[in-house]
Amino acid sequence: MRRMVGSVEGILFVILLALCVVLSLATDSFFSMQNFFDLLNNQSVNIIFAVGLVVVLIAGGIDISFSVAASVVQYVVVVMMIQIGGGNWLLGFVAAMVCGLALGLFNAFLIHKLRIVSIIASIGTYNLFFGLLMYLTRGRSIYAIPDWLDERVALLTVGADRAEATLYLPALVMLVVVSVAWFILARTGFGRLVYGFGSDPEAARRSGVRIAVMQGFAYGWLGLCAGIAGLMQAHMVREVVPNALYGRELDVLAAVVLGGAVLGGGRGTVLGAALGVLLLAVVQNGLNLLGVTPYAFKAIVGAIILIAVTFTNFDKVAPLIGLSNRKARTT
Amino acid sequence: MSVGAFPMTQMALRARAVSKRFGNVLALDDVAFDLERGEVHCLVGENGCGKSTLIKAISGVYVPTPGASFQFGDDPPVSKISPAEAKARGIHVIWQDLSLFPDLSVGYNIIFDAFVERPFALSERKVALQRARRTMEDLGVSLDLDMPLRHLGIAQRQLVAICRVLQTEASIIFMDEPTASLTRTETENLLDIVRKLSARGISIVFVSHRLGEVLEVCSRVTVMRDGRIVGTFPAEGMNQKRLAELMTGHEFLDSRREWTSPGAPVLQLDGLTVPGQFQDVSFTLHRGEILGLTGLLGSGRTELAHAIFGMTRPESGRILIDGAPVSLRSNRDAIENGIAYVSEDRLNLGLHQTQSILKNTAITTLRELSSPSFYLGPESIRTLCTEWIGRLRTKVSDPSLPVNSLSGGNQQRVVLAKWLATRPKVLILDSPTVGVDVGAKAEIFRIVNELTAEGMAIILISDEANEIHAHSDRILIMRNGRITKDLQPGDMAEEDLEALINA
Repeated sequence: MRRMVGSVEGILFVILLALCVVLSLATDSFFSMQNFFDLLNNQSVNIIFAVGLVVVLIAGGIDISFSVAASVVQYVVVVMMIQIGGGNWLLGFVAAMVCGLALGLFNAFLIHKLRIVSIIASIGTYNLFFGLLMYLTRGRSIYAIPDWLDERVALLTVGADRAEATLYLPALVMLVVVSVAWFILARTGFGRLVYGFGSDPEAARRSGVRIAVMQGFAYGWLGLCAGIAGLMQAHMVREVVPNALYGRELDVLAAVVLGGAVLGGGRGTVLGAALGVLLLAVVQNGLNLLGVTPYAFKAIVGAIILIAVTFTNFDKVAPLIGLSNRKARTT
Repeated sequence: MSVGAFPMTQMALRARAVSKRFGNVLALDDVAFDLERGEVHCLVGENGCGKSTLIKAISGVYVPTPGASFQFGDDPPVSKISPAEAKARGIHVIWQDLSLFPDLSVGYNIIFDAFVERPFALSERKVALQRARRTMEDLGVSLDLDMPLRHLGIAQRQLVAICRVLQTEASIIFMDEPTASLTRTETENLLDIVRKLSARGISIVFVSHRLGEVLEVCSRVTVMRDGRIVGTFPAEGMNQKRLAELMTGHEFLDSRREWTSPGAPVLQLDGLTVPGQFQDVSFTLHRGEILGLTGLLGSGRTELAHAIFGMTRPESGRILIDGAPVSLRSNRDAIENGIAYVSEDRLNLGLHQTQSILKNTAITTLRELSSPSFYLGPESIRTLCTEWIGRLRTKVSDPSLPVNSLSGGNQQRVVLAKWLATRPKVLILDSPTVGVDVGAKAEIFRIVNELTAEGMAIILISDEANEIHAHSDRILIMRNGRITKDLQPGDMAEEDLEALINA
């Protein structure tokens, strides 16, 4: 708990809490089980993406191909399941994870073996994945998805009639993904290696850290998360639309950076990434309920990210604007 | 010590025919190197002679030219190893560039190797951190284990790198310039630990430019020059002068600055204060004067230099140049007012390593070079660069090569050149001889003396009492952010100065 105070996660949590209190007082509908569950149902997919992406950022890379990779996985898995006569949740999950992992490892291969800089590699695969998907499917959506995927799995229903609120499967899946990622990154030595690798790859190499394993883990994990997120998104919208997730990557990237990850690597946490997604979602939700025009959302979200990142960088900014910097001083 | 005390000398490492080529440069030329079990073996040589390259070849970071052979203990010889294999054989290195992880906490940096060995051992952390704490106590240092490493200065990072290696189950430890930024007490603690490790049967290869330290700690010393081994000698009967001759290949004279009477005041500080860094600092620097500024790490010397160079803004006090108060809002202002600062971390902060020598030299004067037309001609840069290469006697085959193709001593000259090109009135040299060999050191002070003869004023920041004593006209000692002593070298012997600094 001591570490929470003053950390990025701690600050985000306090802001999120404050925002929730303000919105609860300012609007009638924010403070309701329905709104809360809706938020979780809708944001689970983004949080799963974010938890995947934060690992890549910690490892010092970047990937923008995960959202279209998720679309590819959706399409492939649903077609595959229809082909074998329907399938079930187990098969669906396994197929989505394997398929996502494969796409992630393809990025890792380009970056590690062919030495392509990660941003360039993923711009390439972003266009490759999405282009192939649109070309091969001719942009056609699938509306008749298998029954098991089509019927929303309810975890918890509270209230009745108009006030009924239901929490669906993606929230649970999200919780599992968050827990696994948190455990690996924060509680194992392997997690420290990932941070170390992101912080200084050459120092990690000299320490005997196997670079291929690090890259494979980071991009493979993001691919895995993208596969799961793709499946969950199809489950929530009950259809597969090839371009439904197109463009989501920058929203997720913004949220993860808001959550304390940096593009240089070595920094970021699972909790921060999840809180980043939630904070941006609550802001949008709040603006909506307050009746602010949706046209203003992007600008407001952009401003929040810039302000937040400035503040988390404060120890670097302070001396430049003439404030003495007591914390970073060597003693 | 009689040979009988060790009836069987066990070999820890036998390296043969180790060569390494970078482009046209043969960095290692058929090197043979033997290391006995439990010995402290020093490796000395000028910058760029191949010491670090040899360490990298033995620890698996570089793949040597085919034909090399490494034999560890009684195992069969191998022609190359990977970093992971080197670790598995208990070979650990304190790298010259430290190779630490800025974003990890101090504690996790220290126990990082435990994670490499056992990435999924969950109970490891607490035990290892406990061990880290004990190692720090042995070394006589106290650092906050939870603090991210990036908040520490270079000297403290060096301590972290040392603690890290002391954590491991090592059989051979290479220490590449481990004491470069340490204070005297810390260095002595380290040398004590080196002796203890050696008594436990761990072989230590110690690289240092401080030849006195070298002879104090080792049993044998190997001298390298131009990628070759000059020879391996017992430490007994060896002296600093002889070592310096073997390293440079020519006789080396200890130089001292001749005292000159200072000219008119050029820089005056009047009650300068940056809270938390230094308080109420006042002094006057004259034309042609070398002002030695010393004190323990954390005494505020580097911070003071940063303030004079406009990198931090003082809360109170004045800076006067040629008698007129100036307001330095950034280092750009400082440069325009004739102040130049050569940082202590030259490799990272002083040069753009992958850029050419030409561009590195021109970077401080781009505005002048491109005025009045805004056109920056390659000829003007070349002229500037050639002028300084000549004046500083930099060894450069082609100025359009990246600066990292030069040896450390020559890189140092490029840093100096880029600042001298701004025609400063005041040149601040922060630890200019850290990690620099004897030959290059003498060259630096030759240049400095020439500059002062032309009227430039120099602030020389250094830890080395002998350096400050030999090369300053006046000495200021700082402690806890204040100037506590203002003296002249003639007032006292070098040893007394050393005692004053450490008091």
